[in-house]
Amino acid sequence: MSNAESDKEYWRWTETRYTNPDIKWEEGTIISAGVDVGSVSTQAVVMVDGEIYCYSSMRTGSNSPDSANNAMEWALEGTGLSLDKIEYVVGTGYGRVNVPFSKRAITEIACHARGANFIYGPEIRTVLDMGGQDCKAIRCDQRGKVVSFLMNDKCAAGTGRGMEVFADLLQVHINDVGEMSLQVKEEPEPVSSTCVVFAKSEAVGLLREGWPKEKVLAAYCAAMAHRVVTLLLRLGIEEKFAITGGIAKNIGVVKRIEDELKLKAPEPSIDPQIAGAIGAALFAKALAEKQRKSG
Amino acid sequence: MKANYGYKDGSGEYFITIDTDLCNSCGKCVEACPAGVLELAENELDPLEEDLVAIVSENHRKKIKYSCAPCKPSGETKVPPCVKACEPGAITHSW
Repeated sequence: MSNAESDKEYWRWTETRYTNPDIKWEEGTIISAGVDVGSVSTQAVVMVDGEIYCYSSMRTGSNSPDSANNAMEWALEGTGLSLDKIEYVVGTGYGRVNVPFSKRAITEIACHARGANFIYGPEIRTVLDMGGQDCKAIRCDQRGKVVSFLMNDKCAAGTGRGMEVFADLLQVHINDVGEMSLQVKEEPEPVSSTCVVFAKSEAVGLLREGWPKEKVLAAYCAAMAHRVVTLLLRLGIEEKFAITGGIAKNIGVVKRIEDELKLKAPEPSIDPQIAGAIGAALFAKALAEKQRKSG
Repeated sequence: MKANYGYKDGSGEYFITIDTDLCNSCGKCVEACPAGVLELAENELDPLEEDLVAIVSENHRKKIKYSCAPCKPSGETKVPPCVKACEPGAITHSW
């Protein structure tokens, strides 16, 4: 694809990969991995004795097994590590049953709670996972075990896909949406529709009225924040509270959720989008240990 | 653990909550439900635990308003058969 063409893909977020230079996998006892095949993005995380060794985060294609393979291949690229040396792989996310090389599929709710516990620490009691196609509110204990959860997967309101639609409509790159939505002097009324399709029509109307892009984005981010806050309030919030998933990187939504809840979400030390895959890799480690004991 | 299955839409909130700490895996709710909404399965939210618990089956989660409607006649408050069948009182409905 030419640059000119890809420049127009405002929704296209940056794919990433990482290797931890301080870890030598040859010296590890248990090598485990988690693959989170989401509706929009796929992540593969490889852990050596419960520490992140390498990971990749990329777009999910139309084929779940291929996406899982590609993500894993990219994560392992240049590490010298190969798939057959990984003792246990857990699949999670929408495509969890379609990960060809996984031994077990675990729901993303359990994985996100465990992953948030790893990223943000054991004080986290409430996790909001804002994914590509659904949004989950999870309460967990100090070990990252789920205590209760609530999910909105009936519609795309409050999800990454909704944000992609708006980035595309307003021709603002998805990475800049959050920052731009904060550049308003005064908070506008939130977009009234919660449905992404209707919200888009409403936004088109606002643009015709002469609203600047920032103001429309502010109205949409506020609507999205409000939508997920109602989900959180139904479940009940206990401190500390953290956000995982791709939207956790959108400062415009995060800040508005914080303002509405009057709570501060901690800054992530690791990419919050890989929380699900981290959780899966941690479960894989526990299951590998269990397998060794029984076998 | 309290597992909430269901959704919220323009017409209201429809959630079945199953308290897995109370559930004793007896399976009476599964037999009691005329629509086959409930089933016994491994607790998917606690993967390291092997005990079976009652869950709302995957294909009913997004339509329980309709699946459960026959047990909820309008104008009268009736205890649904699944709630009645559950001796430890692990099942609650939000509507």
